[in-house]
Amino acid sequence: MTTSPLPDHMNPKRSFQALILTLHNYWADKGCAVLQPYDMEVGAGTFHPATTLRALGPKPWRAAYVQPSRRPTDGRYGENPNRLQHYYQYQVILKPNPSNLQELYLGSLEAIGLDPLLHDIRFVEDDWESPTLGAWGLGWECWCDGMEVSQFTYFQQVCGIECSPVSGELTYGLERLAMYVQGVDNVYDLNFNGRDGAEKISYGDVFLQAEQEYSRHNFEYANTAMLHQHFIDAEKECLALLAAGAPGDASNNRLHRCVFPAYDQCIKASHVFNLLDARGVISVTERQSYILRVRTLAKACGEAFLLTDAGGANWEREAA
Amino acid sequence: MPDLLIELRSEEIPARMQRKAAGDLKKLVTDALVEAGLTYEGAREYWTPRRLTLDIRGLNARSADMREERKGPRIDANDKAIEGFLRAAGLSSISEAHVHNDPKKGDFYVAHIVRRGREAEEIVADVMPAIIRDFPWPKSMRSGAASAIPGSLRWVRPLQSIVCTFGAEHDETKVIPFEVDGIVASNITYGHRFHAPEAIAVRRFADYAEKLGKAKVVIDAERRKEIISADAHNIAFANGLELVEDEGLLEEVAGLVEWPKVLMGSFEESYLAIPSEIIRLTIKTNQKCFVTRKPGAETLSNRFILVSNIEAKDGGKEIVHGNGKVVRARLSDAAHFWKRDQGDLPDLETLAASAGKFGLDLKKPLDQRMAKLDALNVTFHAKLGTQGERVARIRSLAAALAKITGADPASVARAAVLAKADLRTEAVGEFPELQGIMGHKYAVLQGESAAVANAIEDHYKPQGPSDHVPTDPVSVSVALADKLDTLVGFWAIDERPTGSKDPYALRRAALGVIRLILEGRARLPLLPCFDVALASLKLQRPAMAADVSGDLLAFFHDRLKVYLRDLGARHDLIDAVLAPDADDLLMIARRVEALTAFITAEEGRNLLAGTKRATQILAAEEKKGTEVAASVDEELFRLDAERLLYASIKVASDGARAAIAKEDFRSAMEALSKLREPVDAFFNDVLVNDEDKAIRANRLALLGLIRSATGEVADFSKISG
Repeated sequence: MTTSPLPDHMNPKRSFQALILTLHNYWADKGCAVLQPYDMEVGAGTFHPATTLRALGPKPWRAAYVQPSRRPTDGRYGENPNRLQHYYQYQVILKPNPSNLQELYLGSLEAIGLDPLLHDIRFVEDDWESPTLGAWGLGWECWCDGMEVSQFTYFQQVCGIECSPVSGELTYGLERLAMYVQGVDNVYDLNFNGRDGAEKISYGDVFLQAEQEYSRHNFEYANTAMLHQHFIDAEKECLALLAAGAPGDASNNRLHRCVFPAYDQCIKASHVFNLLDARGVISVTERQSYILRVRTLAKACGEAFLLTDAGGANWEREAA
Repeated sequence: MPDLLIELRSEEIPARMQRKAAGDLKKLVTDALVEAGLTYEGAREYWTPRRLTLDIRGLNARSADMREERKGPRIDANDKAIEGFLRAAGLSSISEAHVHNDPKKGDFYVAHIVRRGREAEEIVADVMPAIIRDFPWPKSMRSGAASAIPGSLRWVRPLQSIVCTFGAEHDETKVIPFEVDGIVASNITYGHRFHAPEAIAVRRFADYAEKLGKAKVVIDAERRKEIISADAHNIAFANGLELVEDEGLLEEVAGLVEWPKVLMGSFEESYLAIPSEIIRLTIKTNQKCFVTRKPGAETLSNRFILVSNIEAKDGGKEIVHGNGKVVRARLSDAAHFWKRDQGDLPDLETLAASAGKFGLDLKKPLDQRMAKLDALNVTFHAKLGTQGERVARIRSLAAALAKITGADPASVARAAVLAKADLRTEAVGEFPELQGIMGHKYAVLQGESAAVANAIEDHYKPQGPSDHVPTDPVSVSVALADKLDTLVGFWAIDERPTGSKDPYALRRAALGVIRLILEGRARLPLLPCFDVALASLKLQRPAMAADVSGDLLAFFHDRLKVYLRDLGARHDLIDAVLAPDADDLLMIARRVEALTAFITAEEGRNLLAGTKRATQILAAEEKKGTEVAASVDEELFRLDAERLLYASIKVASDGARAAIAKEDFRSAMEALSKLREPVDAFFNDVLVNDEDKAIRANRLALLGLIRSATGEVADFSKISG
């Protein structure tokens, strides 16, 4: 990054939003489409169709976005300085992965002010697997001074389908990274807008009450009978949409015509399952079967996606 | 002679895979070179997180020519046969073949084939791509644009560059430029990722290692370990502390850095209220850091030791600060679950049924966790039911065992129902290796007796041949019940260990039972235990398989043999006392002990020789169909030696039998040892094969008595020597 002087509140070490903006700038400069968060509840940035579905098929793809991520079981009623049931991931997906992806990643850390000769940056083995998405890859946890600040994964399989070509996925835990660069020990003390005094908005101002309320919801109040029903409904709807949009015999009907809406239902089922899990009403054996049911939906969506334009169904023809 | 240098540089290789991978590289390359007809003087492998390196010294510059003769058809063979021969031998015309003569076969063709030796460079270029493509990584991956093409290179993480240089000492080396998936071998490598990212040209291992050293890469993992270990000890000592050594962690950390720099961090002393085991595991597992303690102290200090990969501009202040923050956050999490595990679970009313089943007191935290474990139907094994069902079985088996161990039945019942409760605690959820240990701690905190609390921890023991064996009767009862239920259960569903596969650690469980019984000197016939365990299983699953006892007992016999052999017992002596239905392990062991003492003394050796002789003669005659009297007739005795032997056998047998009834195997052996002289005298003075058929039959019957008398204590025919 050049040293064009930024106002202090736009310094990534001063505000949460400046950290996000710095990453946006960096990855925009590297050719990524900077997307906005997906408008549904998901457990991680990987669930965004811009990653899950776009990692499939032959077409090149580069995107970066922030994704609010919900992990109902991580709720701590706002009492734990590090754990949140709702937090932000910064997600970068590059397909195929460029051969200098590690250097690009390290460049992004320098952009937010982490000097690799001052901070101990390390790549520690972490094989990533999402049983619900039928996905796995090899890569690392990226450590900065012993803190895991990102996950770095070379996708090998998504939705049970071999990635061809392989995508590189980078996921930054934004709160942790911000706490680190701001030198703050409690997530709620993060400076959100970079201002001081009366103008300052902290992470706690934005999210503390929500964390308390959602913790109650996740662990105590959520209506489990209703959630069970929602799971069943989402599962049914996903399969129905996939069936409705399936390619037919007619020549104008070669492609699948309803994958994204079906995949939304898969995401919904996954989140409902996470809520049921947080409520402690799922036994270990049931857990396996829920995971399997979501994976079945994800696989079906992935297979359908390959029959669409974005999935590369026309790619050979275009390339030719 | 030339040296060969190979470096495979990649993105970070998991620490746990590096050592084996470097060894595999050495073996695969040297094997392939030797296979191709080359020899070498020495080879050594090196590794760091980012490279595997192989240094081969004294390699031949080329492989030797190989001569071979290939026999062909007779000279008068038809054209088709001749053509085939030419093709197979690689000849262009039959004039190139020689004619040999054989007296039987007549004149026939022979091709003299010379396989020219090849340049080592050519061989290396030839074998390396396949070695790289087929490298035995435990897990490998595709990457980059090439991954769209089927069959693209798989490596542990993306492979970035290859060095391959070859050349004689003092000479310039040459690059062997083989290619794998677009990566062409060269003489260029790179140093430390951050300190020396520039390209480095290398010639051979000596300058390679030196240049990398300057570029802040210590290529030798053993050297990195020495640096870390020495610096860690020093920094601890300088702070009045000692390092808590951890070889596994040292190996791992040496695989995470190319340029180790040891630093010390700290956390608030208030966290020391968390159990040491949790602190150590939190810091080790999550942060890869070492813990320290005051010299000689049991508990930890609040200082930890970390190993960084850079020589930081500020001397490591930021790194220490950052790591300290992470450790504190981790410990804060640990403190959180340590506290939560001591509090109430939500929705206690939903646990009433489970509490009733096990007589649990829902006012107590550990009781709540057990109730929750049961209520959630957490599976133990698909075919063996839930953890709750398993605990119910362990409880009833432990109750039966308590009658034998003499343990207080109420304590045994309590320990059995709480033994698995900590599986539902957050501490064990985070660190599964703390199972039992955490249960113990929480049990003490909720006021369980020492016997119950100890049993919760110790019922998993012994975990192996050197683990501590519990002696408290309550612990022993639950420990035996836990293992016997496991063994009987897996036998009943036909999941037995095969070869090297033992996923449920059943051999270890059986060894645990053996050590509990033998080292605790417990009289515990196994067959009735199997019956009780199987009965509880059938109560829950009426369709369960019928009987496992014979086969499981044979498995125990095998494990017992291994155990006793490791203690130095002779396997033939074990075989000699091991009857197929012997289920009292302590008695088997005592017999082996007594027999060993007896058979190694002179009298025992002689008696063994006499008995063997008697048995052999008898066996030979029985085979021939010679008549052997059904019983010994004193009237047919002709010599004193016969009479003396007969009388002695009666005395010895009775004595041995009586001693065995009292389980006094030493006396039994002693009684038998009295037979030695009469047996010797008998063989000296008496000719068994008397002309008189009746006398002979009677003498053979007397030999039979020797065999059955010694058979009271052991099957002497199985003893060697």
